[in-house]
Amino acid sequence: MSEPIIQIRNVTKRFGKVAAVDNVSLDIAAGEFFVLLGPSGCGKTTLLRMIAGFEVPTEGQIIIDGQDMSRVPPNKRPVNMVFQSYAVFPHMSVADNVAYGLKIAGVGRAERDERVREALALVSLNGFEDRKPDQMSGGQRQRVALARSLVMRPKVLLLDEPLSALDAKLRAQMQFELSDLQDQIGITFVTVTHDQDEALSMASRIAVINKGEVAQLATPSDLYEYPANRFVADFVGSVNIFEGKLILDEPDKAAVDCPGLGKVYLNHGVTGPHGADVWVALRPEKIYLHVPGEGKAVQAAAKDAPEGHNFARGKIKGMSYLGDITLFEIILDSGAMIRVSRPNLSRHDQEDFTWDDRVSMHWRADSPVVLLG
Amino acid sequence: MPLFNRTPRAPLEYAKSLWMRGWVLGVMLFLYIPLFVLMAFSFNDSKRNVVWRGFTTKYYGVAWENEQLWNAMMNSLTIAFFATIFSLVIGTLAAVMLWRFRFPFKGAVDGTISLPIIVPEICLGVAFLVFFSTIGWPSALPWPFNMGAIIIAHITFCFPFVAMVVRARLAGFNREQEEAAKDLGASEWQAFRDVLIPHIKPALVSGALLAFTLSLDDFVITFFTSTPGTDTFPVLVYSLVKRGVTPDVNAASTILILLTVVLTAIALKLQGAKALAQTH
Repeated sequence: MSEPIIQIRNVTKRFGKVAAVDNVSLDIAAGEFFVLLGPSGCGKTTLLRMIAGFEVPTEGQIIIDGQDMSRVPPNKRPVNMVFQSYAVFPHMSVADNVAYGLKIAGVGRAERDERVREALALVSLNGFEDRKPDQMSGGQRQRVALARSLVMRPKVLLLDEPLSALDAKLRAQMQFELSDLQDQIGITFVTVTHDQDEALSMASRIAVINKGEVAQLATPSDLYEYPANRFVADFVGSVNIFEGKLILDEPDKAAVDCPGLGKVYLNHGVTGPHGADVWVALRPEKIYLHVPGEGKAVQAAAKDAPEGHNFARGKIKGMSYLGDITLFEIILDSGAMIRVSRPNLSRHDQEDFTWDDRVSMHWRADSPVVLLG
Repeated sequence: MPLFNRTPRAPLEYAKSLWMRGWVLGVMLFLYIPLFVLMAFSFNDSKRNVVWRGFTTKYYGVAWENEQLWNAMMNSLTIAFFATIFSLVIGTLAAVMLWRFRFPFKGAVDGTISLPIIVPEICLGVAFLVFFSTIGWPSALPWPFNMGAIIIAHITFCFPFVAMVVRARLAGFNREQEEAAKDLGASEWQAFRDVLIPHIKPALVSGALLAFTLSLDDFVITFFTSTPGTDTFPVLVYSLVKRGVTPDVNAASTILILLTVVLTAIALKLQGAKALAQTH
């Protein structure tokens, strides 16, 4: 890999005594679709604004394309930003909005017109040149903001919660469009979002930020399937977490004794001291639901767990039918609660279970994740 | 037979209530009858102008030929013009400063900046009289420089109004727009010129209008700061009224009213459509 386009070196940003960003180091490679994901107030937006130049780091360095930019003002940086509110200039036409940066840069009329036309074509807004922003929908305004940034041919495009103001359908569409656009023009995208679906669907890599620190940096599927800690497991997707003790840890198998869930068997080793306090994370969609007494359940559970079965019993306390899946809240015999989701593969699947039914559950031995922190 | 046989009124259809209509009419009459009387009596064919003696337009001619009235009107307009320009600049800068920056004693500055609005005019007038005579402000200057003291006094009570209006408009400004301009390469000044000024333009128009009309009809402060040869229209009218109201004063006042109404209408029309379009 060549030199990363953005290097964040031990960056800390304090507002008064509060550290919004706490000693963060990250490398973002050229051409990446990088997402900063975290709950509101975690410092992800501050980090983005430091890359853009609107905030100055208290400590550390931000190197963009090999040059230390930590103290360079925003108007002198080779990055452009799409703001959460889009910040389209309301008193200018679409064409004037897109041309603004080029005008400031002193680009000649002919080249300016040509580049504005190209940029508008890129976001499928040809023909909208003379419109005023107040005659456009939110989605269209966002495209104007995109074109206005892209026309500057930045090395990095920063996007602050780009899809949060759009409705669900449009959001899904824009997710694809942003990914396509990034493929097409090949510049680095750095996006901030609190929406895990958005992050998972668009990112090449995701940094999960919690309390100003990087909780985990991984590809979307690694983040989901191999979360590094309870915060990430819980924040990305939905998860059942049970506290337990590590009672068996060998290279090819492990077991955790959870008071809430019973003994959980894994078909791989975990690196943790024997008897350590650990947490088991189990995704709702990785649990199979059965009517009790169906022998298949126990057989299936037994088949791939080398020691004992990954098996539990309980009673349905709550159900919510979401169309494609049904979510169940089940009280285990231990009294703990577990969430299970079940795809509705046929048109009558949602009728299989109802409130207060006794049910059995099993899961594969490679499904649970053992977390040390 | 239904219990209530008339169509029920929707919650906000106040205009359908007879009481409400009567009330609104009463308020309107209360507000505007004095003005209409003034206008009507400008057409009164009587030198003393107390009893209606028949219709004439000759006092418009009289007013037109009255050099004293003309001079006073020119003085008023000149003072209002300069007071407006300076108030606009100072008021806007004050508003932007208070909105944009943090600095020591900001609270104190914020509190005292609108003091000229609150302090009774008579106090300001006396204060200016004392101030200008103490520092020995020259009074025997050629026109229009002899009005310097009045203009300064007018700026003092006009600019807080501009600052107030501009600040209210700034409160609705999306800071991300300014950041977007800078992000696209604009300097501080370019962002101010290209993004902030267009946003506050409606406030600048209404602020200017406020300052202009306030200056134009100010009597108390002007009275205390005027020197021979700087009588403004209100000051002149006051001195004329002491010798009895003549219809030519009514005529001149009517023209002034029409002028302000037309100016206001034009300003509102110019800013109205745009202001609506830009509020989001």
